[in-house]
Amino acid sequence: MNMKICGPKCSLCCTLISAWGIVQLGIMGILFWVRSPAFIEDLKIDDSIMHPAEVDIHGNAKRYLEAMDDSFHTIALNCWIAALLYIVTLFLSGWQLWVNNRISA
Amino acid sequence: MLWRACRGNVFLRQAEMDDPLEDPASGEQVYKSVFIIFFQGDHLKMRVKKICEGFRATMYPCPEAPADRREMAMGVKTRLDDLNTVLSQTQDHRHRVLVSAARNIRAWMMKVWKIKSIYHTLNMFNLDVIQNGLIAECWIPVANLEDVQLALRRGTEKSGSLPAILNRLSTHEAPPTFHRTNKFTKAFQTLIDSYGVATYREINPAPYTIITFPFLFAVMFGDVGHGIIMALFGGWMVWREKPLAAKKTDNEIWNIFFGGRYIILLMGLFSMYTGLIYNDIFSKSMNLFGSSWHGVYDESTIEHNKELILDPGNREQYSQTPYPFGLDPMWQLSTNKINFYNSYKMKISIIFGIIHMMFGVILSVWNHRFFDRSMNIYCEFIPQVLFLTCLFVYMVFLVFHKWVWYGALGTVSQSSSCAPSILITFINMVLVKGYQDHEGEDCSPYMFAGQFGIQRFLLIVALLCVPWMLCVKPFLLHRNNKRRQLETSTKNNLSSKTNFQGRCYRHRSELLQSKEVRGNKNSDAFIVCEKCEYSSNMKQKEKDYQDYDKVTQANGGEGMVEEGGEAAAAAAAAAVTEELHDMGEVMIHQGIHTIEYVLGSVSHTASYLRLWALSLAHAQLSEVLWSMVLQIGLTSGGEGGSGGIVMYLIFAFWAFLTVAILVLMEGLSAFLHTLRLHWVEFQSKFYGGTGYPFVPFAFETILDQAENAVVEQ
Repeated sequence: MNMKICGPKCSLCCTLISAWGIVQLGIMGILFWVRSPAFIEDLKIDDSIMHPAEVDIHGNAKRYLEAMDDSFHTIALNCWIAALLYIVTLFLSGWQLWVNNRISA
Repeated sequence: MLWRACRGNVFLRQAEMDDPLEDPASGEQVYKSVFIIFFQGDHLKMRVKKICEGFRATMYPCPEAPADRREMAMGVKTRLDDLNTVLSQTQDHRHRVLVSAARNIRAWMMKVWKIKSIYHTLNMFNLDVIQNGLIAECWIPVANLEDVQLALRRGTEKSGSLPAILNRLSTHEAPPTFHRTNKFTKAFQTLIDSYGVATYREINPAPYTIITFPFLFAVMFGDVGHGIIMALFGGWMVWREKPLAAKKTDNEIWNIFFGGRYIILLMGLFSMYTGLIYNDIFSKSMNLFGSSWHGVYDESTIEHNKELILDPGNREQYSQTPYPFGLDPMWQLSTNKINFYNSYKMKISIIFGIIHMMFGVILSVWNHRFFDRSMNIYCEFIPQVLFLTCLFVYMVFLVFHKWVWYGALGTVSQSSSCAPSILITFINMVLVKGYQDHEGEDCSPYMFAGQFGIQRFLLIVALLCVPWMLCVKPFLLHRNNKRRQLETSTKNNLSSKTNFQGRCYRHRSELLQSKEVRGNKNSDAFIVCEKCEYSSNMKQKEKDYQDYDKVTQANGGEGMVEEGGEAAAAAAAAAVTEELHDMGEVMIHQGIHTIEYVLGSVSHTASYLRLWALSLAHAQLSEVLWSMVLQIGLTSGGEGGSGGIVMYLIFAFWAFLTVAILVLMEGLSAFLHTLRLHWVEFQSKFYGGTGYPFVPFAFETILDQAENAVVEQ
């Protein structure tokens, strides 16, 4: 239980970033899940759908909306996955912080 | 050599010694060789001895019997052992003594420093020859007089000597400035003092800075996300204040941060507030109350147009009630966002700037009143306020008028397309350029009726203020001077005419003159006022230095020794001669002052535009960081785990850049600009900052200094 992987500064830095990451990525995941229009520019939509070659306007719009929904969905999941990874990081770095504290004390 | 001298009758054995021996006298390392010589007969013995002495060899007797030799070797060995034990014991003892001394050396050094500082202070005392005592002149805060008296009494009791006498003394010297601060106000006071320490009793800008500093900073740093980071950092330092303060480090950057922890906390909180106003959190907007804009376009319109405009005049597209707090989040998504933000931020920065400067000018009244310079109120303050009001407060009025009057709804003359540019209007006002009102045109270049006349009137008043500031004061001073010279010269004439022993009387008349001058002093603006409640004379009668130490020690803090009371007298004399102002100097001084103010109010107003510029830069930089870094993380990842891992890595990178560039670098730049706005734009209106700080005699500061010196060595 006393294995030291990184120093006190490194573990503190990781702890802070992972705490921040959990909060922000969790919230961002929720916002992407509810399709917040504030993130409209952060979506991944293929060029072929953005600027379709076909002239079928209704079809284009439909495809665009579908791609948008898909992108919102995937990004929300990605955010949550990243948040979960940060929870793991938080545990690891918190444990390291504890180890470093014990060594110095 | 020996062999030859003894004709081969000796037997010689020689060996080099491997280990160098230390010469006990010089401490040098010497290589020696040992040899043993066997010989027969006294004659040879004599010869060998001589040769050995000639070569300065050390000779040891060697018994002839082997048993004796062995005994002797044993004896030598035991003696060596004994010596070794003695040496090691001595070493141990020395070590123990030094260790115990090392434990105490800090305390001893402290004592030495304390005693040294006491004697240094005592050396500055004056010796009272008649009463066999010592006199110290020093500044003491009036509020602490009782403490000092108490300390003196305690000192007398402890030393059992004659009681010390404490007198208050009136002086012409300017007292030092001493602001009592607590841990919260200290950092702000330091900001002010690093520009210049206030003259005694000059108005201190620090209390106002507590609010204006974080606010102006936040105008440039408005972002909720960055504000939260900064406030959390500041809040953590405030929360863990005591343990962090106990941990003394030499890390300069950390000490600066920790010293300014309350400033950082306030700056963070204010940034969160302005961030909410700008509706900006890591360059994204929050739609908390529901946007007032509504897209009501139907499908086909959206499909056929690349860009669409929402018309604020259309009730279906804009609900006509603005977003309740801050900017509407819809702006974040619009393409003309920057145009709108620029117009808004420029105007508010000018408004804040004018308010800030006006506040500074008004504060100068208290300075003029305290220093008894009523002439300055009429000759400087009033024209300054008028000048600022007629030009720049009027411009602020135009801004508000434009905001209220023009809009999307209403008649043509109130429509937004009709609204004139305020900058152009203002420039035309200064150039006295009128417009022709065309009949039949609804759109007028004037914002209200009679604008041209009012503008011309304001301009004339403002221009009149310039010669008012420039000439009135030197003229009044000149007249006062002349009158005084006239009075004294007539008196001189009278006295010399009626007297035969002219010389003697002349002296008296000169005395009279100086008295006269002294009498006039209070009414004159240039003389330092004579309020001297701050200063006091500490007269001490003590038998010897030893007692004195105790007194000063008991004193424990306040009380700075001032060198020489004669300096005060000399200063007073100088002040008297200064009475007769050099007119040329006064004119030049006033000219510089006026030009500085008039040009300054223009350039300073423009200088407040940095609020807008930095705010724009900050918002844009955070947007760029989001779209260049975090967006990659959001968009590049595919479905499933890989996207999450990319997101995980990119987010760490983005967070690092956010802290390093946006919070630290931008925060530092905004901090420096705020500092400049306070030092130059605000304080130049009223603050001289030509005083010198009150440095009380305290062991704490002396020990700190001494320890720092030791560390540097």
